[in-house]
Amino acid sequence: MWLELQWRNFSDQFYDNFIKDNRWRYMTNGLVNTLTITVVALALGLAIGFVIAYIRVTHDNTGKLRPFNSIARLYLTVIRGTPALVQLLFIYFVIFANSSLPKILVAALSFGINSGAYIAEIFRGGMMSVDKGQSEAGRSLGLNYGQTMWRIIMPQAVKNALPALGNEFITLLKETSIAGFVAVQELTKGADIIRSRTYNAFMPLTAAAVIYLGIVLILEKLLGALEGRLRRSDHR
Amino acid sequence: MITVKGLRKRFGDAEVLRGIDEHVEQGEKVAIIGPSGSGKSTLLRCLNLLETPSEGEVWFEGVQLTAKNTDVDRLRRKMGMVFQHFNLFPHLTVRKNITLAPVLLGLQTQAEADENAGRLLKRIGLTDKAAEHPGRLSGGQKQRLAIVRSLAMKPDVMLFDEPTSALDPEMVGEVLDLIKELAAEGMTMIMVTHEMGFAREVANRILFMDEGVIVERNTPGELFGRPQSARLRDFLSKVL
Repeated sequence: MWLELQWRNFSDQFYDNFIKDNRWRYMTNGLVNTLTITVVALALGLAIGFVIAYIRVTHDNTGKLRPFNSIARLYLTVIRGTPALVQLLFIYFVIFANSSLPKILVAALSFGINSGAYIAEIFRGGMMSVDKGQSEAGRSLGLNYGQTMWRIIMPQAVKNALPALGNEFITLLKETSIAGFVAVQELTKGADIIRSRTYNAFMPLTAAAVIYLGIVLILEKLLGALEGRLRRSDHR
Repeated sequence: MITVKGLRKRFGDAEVLRGIDEHVEQGEKVAIIGPSGSGKSTLLRCLNLLETPSEGEVWFEGVQLTAKNTDVDRLRRKMGMVFQHFNLFPHLTVRKNITLAPVLLGLQTQAEADENAGRLLKRIGLTDKAAEHPGRLSGGQKQRLAIVRSLAMKPDVMLFDEPTSALDPEMVGEVLDLIKELAAEGMTMIMVTHEMGFAREVANRILFMDEGVIVERNTPGELFGRPQSARLRDFLSKVL
């Protein structure tokens, strides 16, 4: 009797929150937006991080690129020293205040710029962890600095940095949930809209949490497989 | 072929090389011996500018390496270097370790380089390891691979920086044998080594260094047979 009541209750709630008025669409559209922001921001973050790390390491190794290094350090200080939400609001309401750019793109840009700072330091750590003898061997064969960097140091650096990069990917995915502050309807915002319609917080928020968790689990699996492949090549 | 004039190298306050003048002719095999900390490796690394000299000049095949506008990368192609810790590229296969530089620098096509690598690997008996990664090789195999990796660039001179110091004793022989073969083929070589027997056998000239200067230079027979300075006598009494 009690169980049946609970079940009826549950299915009613489920109907209210997800089926009625096609409310599940808030979740699926939100998921699509979340993934779009994450992927665009990730690509941007990797590109920025790579360039910044290259500048920093080259400056520390050779003393060149001095002005670029100063800019890179300023970027790292500002981005890592201020909250991502403040950066998002600033970019949305100040820098792109009068722009016709889709807001989802503005949000992705903001997250990419933010993530780039952390990825830069992850890459830099990976590059510094490669034994100095590797670059000496490359240079002694007549490769120039750039060739040595690209073909010898970077591949090993990325492999070393993979666990930390995975961490950053996961952080980035979850951090996109603050995009709701600039009215981007990503997954968290979608769940919140349902809550405001149904006055039921448990159902939509649980659904959102489970979806985030599911994506993270998939991401962990993929990264683990990639890491395993790269590590195997070392010993074979 | 290689000339060093007034070479000095400082690391901070410590002066590691304190005025080196030396000349190496084509075809010579020069061994550098001396106590640790005497500056042997630093001298060798100054020859291809892995260390930048603080003062003085290094000349290679008539070009001053230490001059401002010299294309050092181009000259390094002709100076092979073998390191104590091999420094093979762990992310590349054994074959790719050999072919990377000649192909990347446009000296050989991938097919030519592969063929050349095949010959080199056959020479050191590692043909069946071509597709594996260096992590799976023994120390002796690694160092022999490092040597042929340098040879793939067809260098005019080979620099050896303690090539057997990181090896298990039973693997020293196979590496020294390969170096002796190169010597017999007429390769110009400069080697920093702790293997006195090897230096005596292969080198036609030996430099004894101590505290950043070349204290004695002589043929192996004279240097080991009639050491002139107290420092060399002292050193030989400890290592022989």
